[in-house]
Amino acid sequence: MTDELPRTDGVANAGGGDALPAARRPLLRIEGVAKTFGTFRAVDGVSLDIKAGEFFALLGPSGCGKTTLLRMLAGFEAPDEGRILLGDKDIAQALPHERPINMMFQNYALFPHLSVRDNIAFGLKRARMARAEIATRVAEMVALVKLEGLERRKPDQLSGGQRQRVALARALARRPQLLLLDEPLAALDKKLRQSTQGELMELQRRLGMTFIIVTHDQEEAMTMADRIGVMKSGKLAQVAPPRELYEAPHSRWIAEFVGDINLFDGETKLRDGHRLVIGTRDAGTLVVAEPREPVGAGKFSVAIRPEKIKLSRRAPVSEAGRETAINSLDGVIADICYLGGTTTYKVKLDTGGIVRASVANSARLDVDAYSVGQQIVAWFTPDDCVVLPS
Amino acid sequence: MSARRIFARPARFAAIAPYVWMVLFFLVPFAFVLKISLSQTAIAQPPYEPVFDLTAGWDALKAGFAALSIDNFRLLFSDDLYVFAYVRSLTVAVTSTVLLLLVGYPIAYGMARLPKRWQAVAMVLVIVPFWTSFLIRIYAWINILQHDGLLNQILLALHLVSQPVVWLSTDSAMYIGIVYSYFPFMILPLYATLAKMEPVLEEAASDLGAPPWQVFWLVTFPLSLPGVGAGVLLCFIPIVGEFVIPDLLAGSNSLMIGQTLWLEFFTNKDWPVASAAAIVLLVVLLVPLLLYERLQKRQLEQGR
Repeated sequence: MTDELPRTDGVANAGGGDALPAARRPLLRIEGVAKTFGTFRAVDGVSLDIKAGEFFALLGPSGCGKTTLLRMLAGFEAPDEGRILLGDKDIAQALPHERPINMMFQNYALFPHLSVRDNIAFGLKRARMARAEIATRVAEMVALVKLEGLERRKPDQLSGGQRQRVALARALARRPQLLLLDEPLAALDKKLRQSTQGELMELQRRLGMTFIIVTHDQEEAMTMADRIGVMKSGKLAQVAPPRELYEAPHSRWIAEFVGDINLFDGETKLRDGHRLVIGTRDAGTLVVAEPREPVGAGKFSVAIRPEKIKLSRRAPVSEAGRETAINSLDGVIADICYLGGTTTYKVKLDTGGIVRASVANSARLDVDAYSVGQQIVAWFTPDDCVVLPS
Repeated sequence: MSARRIFARPARFAAIAPYVWMVLFFLVPFAFVLKISLSQTAIAQPPYEPVFDLTAGWDALKAGFAALSIDNFRLLFSDDLYVFAYVRSLTVAVTSTVLLLLVGYPIAYGMARLPKRWQAVAMVLVIVPFWTSFLIRIYAWINILQHDGLLNQILLALHLVSQPVVWLSTDSAMYIGIVYSYFPFMILPLYATLAKMEPVLEEAASDLGAPPWQVFWLVTFPLSLPGVGAGVLLCFIPIVGEFVIPDLLAGSNSLMIGQTLWLEFFTNKDWPVASAAAIVLLVVLLVPLLLYERLQKRQLEQGR
């Protein structure tokens, strides 16, 4: 998982013109964009800045408006409200063929009547590029996506992975200022998907291009993107680097949508320095770190990721001071789910709740594994908890 | 007995069924027509000779074969009347097919882009005229196109013309009739291919910098060629042999081959020449069919 890495690989933004070299102002600015289909508000006032050279992911469940937003960037839909600024030009109403933006389509949308070469050259010919230059560029693209020797094939004579590469080469050939990728890896099997993710990132870094990817696969977004925008019902729920999104979600919904999480509803009982004491219904009293933005009294949810919860037979020795207090919950193992790299234990707490703990299987021979029905202590530190408004 | 055996017999029957059909309803009648085309007219019943009589014995049969000749075909190619009729038929068929394509393509395209629910409605609207007899529809056109018919009334009312236009017995009337009658045969195959085509391909083309007209010429049209081919064949072939529409709507100064054939057969009672004309027509029509077949085969090979 990468935090925001500065992307100054020295590669000039291809086709970007003169205005953008390394400037920190956004390449793309989306301002209050909205789109309504009939009575359904697909995109509901989205504002977002994308920096040049950024790998941005739009993540969300199906129907959240992420694809509609992407289609507005490509020009297939015109926003009802708002502006889309590319550089300093408002392109919100521009037609797709007038934009220096290209898209890689979900099912690739390769032209079935054209060969690999002609598919890649399609956009170049439309740009009235010289014939020799087209040939050079196509060869360059073919090499870039490692499709040498397949130039004369038609799309239906290619495997899924090869088609994906043709689609990528075709979209990159015009050296767009912005590349949109609509679920680019959804049609590939898992192994191929993982290796392609790496290749896409490598390519984006090398070309210094700006990518916006739409995906419903959070792992894919986490792996590839510098920043992730999570969408829900047409709105951006949170925009953050992957780590922040995972460790400091803004809301209960995001916490549940991104990864697995244990949630305990409760009320603040006491505030002591940087610690809050929250009384929960299912897990008793928990000591948690106060969130960055101080919260008042009221109802909260305490959220803990399963891998932050440790299991042991006896409670760990907790120092007396509250600053280092440890939450330890007694319970019985109710279910074990072995996943290879990790094992997820479902612990039924004596206080009534259920907590899931994910433990790395760091040793091959685990003679001391827990078993169902075993009495156990689940513990975690206050800093492992996130306090979220209910 | 394995399941394979049980299913094999009906499957095999189904496989030969088209051949049985072809032999019974095409090859056998074709052989009759071919034989008549090689005979001579006679004032007799049937009106040609020789007549093969299988009971007359071997020698009579041999004499019959000896009497066959290709004189009728020589006549067809030496007499301008027939050559002109063929040329006119082909001209009319090409013109009508081009008109049909020009009118049909935009409509089929529009239908294919309608919301799914309306596509079915549009389809029914295209097919509905078929529920009325073909002849009645052509007579309705006579009514519309005549001197004081609906078309002239509208044109006069809109002050587009100052006096009634002569429509009937002109080529315009014939083309109106043909385009109207063959319309569904052009629309349906076009619609079928266009509806199957993914709109995302057009989006991809415009995303790659193609303005709308290039999207059409470089993506939509090439991908709809199978439908265009089917529609063109479905219209072109029967229009070449069309008899009723030119007879009722066009003038009588130049005849299509279908009309000529009819005249030879019924007015002149010259069955052999009529049969020869029919055979030449068939051969002429085989050319576009074979071309289409080759085209399809090539597409299939590319498809693999």
